[in-house]
Amino acid sequence: MSSTWPLWEVFVRTRRGLSHGHVGSLHAPDAEMALRNARDLYTRRQEGVSIWVVASEDITASSPDERDSFFDPAADKVYRHPTFYDVPEDVEYL
Amino acid sequence: MTGLHTAYLLGLGDDALIYAQRLGEWLTHAPQIEEDMALGNVGLDLLGQARALLTRAGEVEGADPPRDEDALAMLRDEREFRNVQLVEQPRGDFAHEMARLLWFSTYQAELYARLVDSADETLAGVARKAVKEVDYHRDHATQWVLRLGDGTEESHARMQAALEAVQPYVAELGEDHDAARWAADQGIGVLPSTLVEPVTTAVHDVLARATLTVPDAPRWHARGGREGLHSEALGYLLAEMQHIARSHPGATW
Repeated sequence: MSSTWPLWEVFVRTRRGLSHGHVGSLHAPDAEMALRNARDLYTRRQEGVSIWVVASEDITASSPDERDSFFDPAADKVYRHPTFYDVPEDVEYL
Repeated sequence: MTGLHTAYLLGLGDDALIYAQRLGEWLTHAPQIEEDMALGNVGLDLLGQARALLTRAGEVEGADPPRDEDALAMLRDEREFRNVQLVEQPRGDFAHEMARLLWFSTYQAELYARLVDSADETLAGVARKAVKEVDYHRDHATQWVLRLGDGTEESHARMQAALEAVQPYVAELGEDHDAARWAADQGIGVLPSTLVEPVTTAVHDVLARATLTVPDAPRWHARGGREGLHSEALGYLLAEMQHIARSHPGATW
């Protein structure tokens, strides 16, 4: 039976968080039950106030083989970080 | 009338305690580990309710020496338990558990919704917390009854058979008894017979949506749990549940 239930990825937004973060995966027969299983498995200790579930098969992921071409070219582009501005002294909370 | 007050609280507490024990048996036996967790969670909610209710029962009883939650849970014998026979029945298959959980959680939902106004402040507090828990139990059972009933030919047949098997144990939930009559008079409790209509309507609604048939009224139905009369199953359950506490009195960790 276990082989017939699809896998779901679970995303939880914490009480103070602004976005949902991936917390793990689980098996469930459909999306509604996945949501409930997620509640039981991943919010047992009040970890969150909102849950998303996504069928794992619906996720398109980058491949480890593509890591070099995907990510390495960004390594030498320091000018993309906002570190070249002079911040006036009386600007707070920046 | 502390005797009737105590008896009423014991009825509520024992329902929760004994069903928690049965639900705990599902760990490692459910169809999926996710369902192990779900049923374990439901059981733990019920155990929490049982602890508060038995503690309160011990306070009201005022025995000398006083009996706390542990004494009441672990050191009473079968005839002193006041749970309905529905919750003590041995674990059947998964469909049986969903049939039992649907009836029991619907009953508890209606019951606690009224107990939030109890004249017994502690009981009202337990009810306020439990309402949300029970709402989830009911949803869980509903989701599964819908899926199994309106699923495959096999799941439909087994869900229907489970409903038939559970049916003789349903009526006892709605039967009035001395402690409940007294508690209802005092504004402390709820008269079980007033719950029959809303509970039955709610469950039958789920069955209809699940394409299941309401079972015929059973020729025999369980009775007597509130007076301490139980089926064979409770003795075995208590032997397992109480054996550590009785073998090592006062043990802690």
